[in-house]
Amino acid sequence: MSAADVTSVAYLVAAILFIFGLKGLGRPRTAPRGNLLGASGMLVAILATLLDRSIVDFRVLVAGLVVGSAIGAVLAVRVQMTEMPQLVALFNGFGGGASVLVAGASFLMVVDEGLVDNQLAIAAALTALIGVVTLTGSLVAFAKLQEVLSLGGFRGQGVLRAVMAVVAVAAAVMVVVSPADTGWFWLLVGAGGLLGILGTVAIGGADMPVVIALLNAFSGLAASTAGFVLDNPLLIIAGSLVGASGVILTQIMCTSMNRSLFDVVFGSMATGGVVADADEVYGDRVTSTSAEEVAMILEVAERVVIVPGYGLAVAQAQHAVRDLMRTLNDAGVEVVFGIHPVAGRMPGHMNVLLAEAEIDYECLLDMDQVNPTFAQTDVTIVIGANDVVNPLARTDPDSPIAGMPILNVDESRTVVVIKRSLGAGFAGIPNPLFAADGTLMLFGDGKKAVLDVVAALLNS
Amino acid sequence: MTLLIALTLFVLAVFLGMELISKVPATLHTPLMSGSNAVSGITLIGALVSAGTDHSTLTTLLGFVAVVLATINVVGGFLVTGRMLSMFSSGGRKRS
Repeated sequence: MSAADVTSVAYLVAAILFIFGLKGLGRPRTAPRGNLLGASGMLVAILATLLDRSIVDFRVLVAGLVVGSAIGAVLAVRVQMTEMPQLVALFNGFGGGASVLVAGASFLMVVDEGLVDNQLAIAAALTALIGVVTLTGSLVAFAKLQEVLSLGGFRGQGVLRAVMAVVAVAAAVMVVVSPADTGWFWLLVGAGGLLGILGTVAIGGADMPVVIALLNAFSGLAASTAGFVLDNPLLIIAGSLVGASGVILTQIMCTSMNRSLFDVVFGSMATGGVVADADEVYGDRVTSTSAEEVAMILEVAERVVIVPGYGLAVAQAQHAVRDLMRTLNDAGVEVVFGIHPVAGRMPGHMNVLLAEAEIDYECLLDMDQVNPTFAQTDVTIVIGANDVVNPLARTDPDSPIAGMPILNVDESRTVVVIKRSLGAGFAGIPNPLFAADGTLMLFGDGKKAVLDVVAALLNS
Repeated sequence: MTLLIALTLFVLAVFLGMELISKVPATLHTPLMSGSNAVSGITLIGALVSAGTDHSTLTTLLGFVAVVLATINVVGGFLVTGRMLSMFSSGGRKRS
């Protein structure tokens, strides 16, 4: 077998490992092994690539691998679980950026050799556009999530974005028509970069799960189109596997928020509908409670559901909630968590935060699992969530969140809402749940309130 | 590879990816995303060839930066996914 044959077979092995790796990541029990299979596939692919005859100088290459591994390892080990969305955004961006540079370098080489054809030019232009949008879009998402920059939309943003899109498309056409003028390629990269910034800068915090999932799809797609440039089947296969998974996650996120992808990227929140006045909804019907009273209700409960929202992570209340769960379990009370798909800042984020606090994943139920059980639930404790438990989504067709799938916590006998105030959530609308007959409001910081309840339970 | 074969691979892999991912429980969405993100760092193998080929200083430089970025993506992605998944399993073991 020639070296090229060995490389091809190794790439096939790597592709198989990636497929089994992704399959493994789909079940909690097999997920750690799936991750290892994926990493092994990558190692096989890298080692096989080093056999490539066209590599003459290994110094640059080893330097790059060492520097990249060191930075990647430090980032991965140091990151807090609450910061996971921005880290994934950053990694996505780097992957997209790498694809642009690879396509650029390969394109320049082929152009210098005078061997460029339409197929390669189209693939290079596509990779440049998708990859650079992924890079700058991810960097903006990172900056917003990390709160290093307070970015927002501005006047004329839509117009500027349209202009950039036209420039990018025109440049892409010129790359294909006149590939020898490599200036067009770099103009495409520049315009695409601005397009990525303009496309993400106005997107709000609540929509971040969709954006991250979409950028994940883009980074895969960029790797796949880079495979067309390099004529490399492994890049095409691995890239499109990731692209497809990103598309599916984006779809799940959009459905859970009742928003179309178009609305997330181009519009802001749905503005239609009549927003009820907060005073009218709440009036004097809101019942405030104390930690002691909550403890008394919990003591006689048989089944408790805890519904966490992002406010729980902001208050760093994960460990306090775990203590509450254990205290109740010791008293013979069944406790499960009901998690809305967009409870965190990225898909599944809340589950990771609770897993970090050593809460068994078997107790984390998703919306479809937990919703039929609320009617048999004695107490539901809502912590730092608002819009995802707002019954208006079910009852008021004029509401901005009409039709959004919610957790039907109002079906349980008693609802305890732990919240700082009656302030509105992302949707900016009042929540009739807070004024409902079976609802008790425990006002205060999430972590402190939960610890107070635990203390009251232990003292009684 | 002809364009037709490349497109065939692309389309089949997209269908395979959709089949693999569509039944994943919500609990695993974050590790799945960071793990699949690490796989998309496969562009690293293209970067290695660009960085190691003796063509011009510009292409070597582009290749070098691409190797660094893609390696961060790959190494960081798999490590952080492993970190998250270890928390999931330890929670399971303690209870059982």
